[in-house]
Amino acid sequence: MEPTISFFSGFQLNDLWFLAEAAWKTLLISVLSISIGTVLGIFFGWILYEGRWTAALTLGPLLDVFRSVPLIIQLVLFYNFAPIIGLNLDPFLSGVVILSIYCAALVANVARGGMEAVGNTMRRAARSLGMSYWQDLRYVVLPIGGRAVFPSWVGVALGVMKDSALVSVLGYIELLKASQILITRTQEPLLILTLAGAFYFALSYPISRYAATLEKRWAS
Amino acid sequence: MFDYNFHWRPVLKSLPDLLEAGLTTLQVAVLSMVIGIIIGLVLALARMHLRGPLKWCASIWVELARNTPALFQLFFFGFGLGAIGLHLSPYTIVLAALSFNCAGYLAENFRGGFQAIPDTQIRAARSLGMTAWQSYTRIIIPQVFRIVYHPLTNQMVWAVLMSSLGMLVGFRELSGETQALASRTYRIFEYFAVTAVIYYVIVKIILGASRLLATRLFKY
Repeated sequence: MEPTISFFSGFQLNDLWFLAEAAWKTLLISVLSISIGTVLGIFFGWILYEGRWTAALTLGPLLDVFRSVPLIIQLVLFYNFAPIIGLNLDPFLSGVVILSIYCAALVANVARGGMEAVGNTMRRAARSLGMSYWQDLRYVVLPIGGRAVFPSWVGVALGVMKDSALVSVLGYIELLKASQILITRTQEPLLILTLAGAFYFALSYPISRYAATLEKRWAS
Repeated sequence: MFDYNFHWRPVLKSLPDLLEAGLTTLQVAVLSMVIGIIIGLVLALARMHLRGPLKWCASIWVELARNTPALFQLFFFGFGLGAIGLHLSPYTIVLAALSFNCAGYLAENFRGGFQAIPDTQIRAARSLGMTAWQSYTRIIIPQVFRIVYHPLTNQMVWAVLMSSLGMLVGFRELSGETQALASRTYRIFEYFAVTAVIYYVIVKIILGASRLLATRLFKY
């Protein structure tokens, strides 16, 4: 019997597992950088809100840079910049650093909006009831402001999740990179890209739906 | 620690090329915005006023554009459509993906704009003797335009930033040109740093122009 050799093996069940694993990696890097970015972003937003014009002169333009330069340029730039200052970061860490800062720059504005939404009278009332500054932040600003901007925070988080696809340019094997690898082997781009798209859609759609209903319920 | 020589000369020598590529970036962004606005309007109206398959198609478009990464959409137009024999040029790929994405996001903006205008206004216009066309073009559209003006500028900035993904499909806009130059001279950091500055300037110019236009347009 003549053995047949084929260079391109078709799509197998194994590959679905490979894609699922890559989807998990996408989720991992997104959740990590969104968490770090949110904490940083709330801190920055607090500075922007409290610092007023001093922050507007220093921190504001700095964060603005991260919002006005394409993420892909930021990633390449940082990945090539890190060795210059003596850091040896793997693609994953570089991705987390840049995505976190990018997320923080977006969240800072959202957080500031939330703090402005609380209104000065409410905060003065809290202070005159004898609350300390931190108590006021924790029990008045956080619940009221947080509620006002939660949907837009979800929007930012989903955006960062989708933008994490760009870390593939550094060589981190996340969902989109994995699908490219599979395309190279199986030569079935349409099928595999549809699968990858379905994974992204499954991650993003339920959350965005939930945020939309939440926004509607809270608005009324 | 900082024993890195920043080589200005190769970058400065190719600065004209970069600026010219920046024009290509601007061109593709503007074009995709124009297409996106037209399709986005149609999608928004279809989702509000139609029933049945046409409405579903519009909804699917919007949800897909909003819930998958822009890079995925680019790859789909680039490699996915290649599988069914539709080979597009890098320019067309980027334009198609950007327009697809913009249309989805703008459709939601337009929908919000249309819904923000109460029905009573059109009834009032009609009872004053205006035709349906007159009341739309003179009462509704100007108000909608004012509501979506700010999101529209934001989307324009996004279009410029998103066009940077073109470098991954070999499109010679600003990022693609930068990558080509950088890989020829191996001065990756320098080129991408300068490109980041150019992007920043482009975004600032767009925002400044839109603000100038807004003061001219929205004066009572």
